Amino acid sequence: MEIEILGNKDTRSGFGEGLAELGRTNPNVVALCADLTGSLKMDAFQKECPTRFFQVGIAEANMMGMAAGMTVGGKIPFTGTFANFSTGRVYDQIRQSIAYSQKNVKICASHAGLTLGEDGATHQILEDIGMMRMLPNMTVIVPADFNQTKQATIAIAAHEGPVYLRFGRPVMPIFVKPDAKFIIGKADMIQEGTDVTIIACGHLVWKSIEAVQILEAKGISVELINMHTIKPLDVNAILKSVSKTGCVVTAEEHMLNGGLGEAVSQVLVRNLPVPQEFVGVNDSFGESGTPMELMTKYGIDTQNVVDAALKVMARKA
Amino acid sequence: MNKELLINTASQVRRDILRMVHAVNSGHPGGSLGCADFLSYLYFEQMDYDSKNFTMDGIGEDIFYLSNGHISPVWYSVLAHSGYFPVSELGTFRKLSSRLQGHPSTDKKLPGIRMASGSLGQGLSVALGTAASKKLNNDSKLVFTLHGDGELQEGQIWEAAMYASANKVDNIISTIDFNGRQIDGDTEQVLSLGDLGAKWQAFGWDVLKMNGHDFDEIHTTMQKAVAMTGKGKPIVIIMHTEMGQGVDFMMGSHKWHGVAPNDEQLENALNQLPSTIGDY
Repeated sequence: MEIEILGNKDTRSGFGEGLAELGRTNPNVVALCADLTGSLKMDAFQKECPTRFFQVGIAEANMMGMAAGMTVGGKIPFTGTFANFSTGRVYDQIRQSIAYSQKNVKICASHAGLTLGEDGATHQILEDIGMMRMLPNMTVIVPADFNQTKQATIAIAAHEGPVYLRFGRPVMPIFVKPDAKFIIGKADMIQEGTDVTIIACGHLVWKSIEAVQILEAKGISVELINMHTIKPLDVNAILKSVSKTGCVVTAEEHMLNGGLGEAVSQVLVRNLPVPQEFVGVNDSFGESGTPMELMTKYGIDTQNVVDAALKVMARKA
Repeated sequence: MNKELLINTASQVRRDILRMVHAVNSGHPGGSLGCADFLSYLYFEQMDYDSKNFTMDGIGEDIFYLSNGHISPVWYSVLAHSGYFPVSELGTFRKLSSRLQGHPSTDKKLPGIRMASGSLGQGLSVALGTAASKKLNNDSKLVFTLHGDGELQEGQIWEAAMYASANKVDNIISTIDFNGRQIDGDTEQVLSLGDLGAKWQAFGWDVLKMNGHDFDEIHTTMQKAVAMTGKGKPIVIIMHTEMGQGVDFMMGSHKWHGVAPNDEQLENALNQLPSTIGDY
């Protein structure tokens, strides 16, 4: 496959740029941050829209409650902190004051997954997609690169209702076109193919692109889908692809429990049972290390996607 | 202040509370009875609102959040008598498909409610958000909250308290239902709040105290509190109440926190509270 690399940046910077643009274009957008303004790249918004930026300190529960309350009066709050403190630490606040109360809050979560790196397992949340998926009324988005994170950030401001937007820390290749249109709930077809479907999200989309190149060298035709919206899931895109290829690999920087793979398997079991293999972290906490070392050690690297594709194809009847 | 109206309203609200929890043999009468006077005052004397044209945004209206959502019966009764929804709907409390959920919620679109509550400790943060929203909108109306005293054991309350003074949130008046009781017993025994006034002061709030069953004192204190808004500090009122107020056998104990009266107890209780506006 031929894919043009447009540069290398972190997805959190895409969030920062998208938020700054919203600051200029939508006067109802407000931002809250729990002492991680630099890490979340919220500095530009803070500088340009100081009256609409709220520094809440290291008090994430209060931040989530305040964000919910700000919607009363028509504001569109974007909260910013690490994914761990955006979900696990404040699950009940999100559940009651945001999801159940149907508040128009955008929970923006950086440093998700293993690629947070050296800080280790206390900060490397791998359960957040599962927790957020389970909440009624919640939309869950995991964009693939810098451009897509910026586009998704802008898109969710126009979407009425609670959203969980998950992105990360490491610098990764940019491959989504800067003028691509981001549609919530509509998967991106990166490449069509006939032998196996790979459905990935977040940083695993790039790893899957690398995997496709290896598989193609073996003469395998791969269909690659960037499933940036985990909920609502693009069921049609899954079924259309799998009805053609007859097998699927899902790939994500998350626990196997509760993530994209589980969501896809639910669709397939109900509609079109075919072999599926899962690339993800298998019921384990992470540890300190570089992002790429951790992806290799915990089985979410390019080679794991390749191996899963070969295995699932062999399982086809 | 129309004291006679307030006394009559509070008496009817107390009858409603008892009949609502009795009908479904569940709910929280103790704290509800204790806050009947305060909420009657808030809705019939204090706040500006448009109950016939409820909007979630409440622009140009005072906003109230019940942080201790378990005392929903008193709020539902006051909301109904304020014109937010038919009084007859009180009879659906806690029943299947009712808009009057066990704890307040927004998903069934009951007019008057802007946030779910029940899991404790979240209402002050929510109120701070709305207070910020009001300032951004140049809306000079106020945000009121009510909290249980036991609820102050939740850490989030103190996160919010710290934020409010640090950021000079001065369009909020919070009230603490200080009845000294919680589910497992007296607050002093379960987890002492210590010197509550000193705690709020140390967190940078202006602290007022009042007897929550004396309308003259409520009136004076609320007027004072409103006059103190807009001066760079958040305001909290520590309101002394009696759990179960108005029903002799429910007062002086934590036992009626979350227990409904039986038929005989209901009759006894209603005999102590005159029907003024009429039962639903």
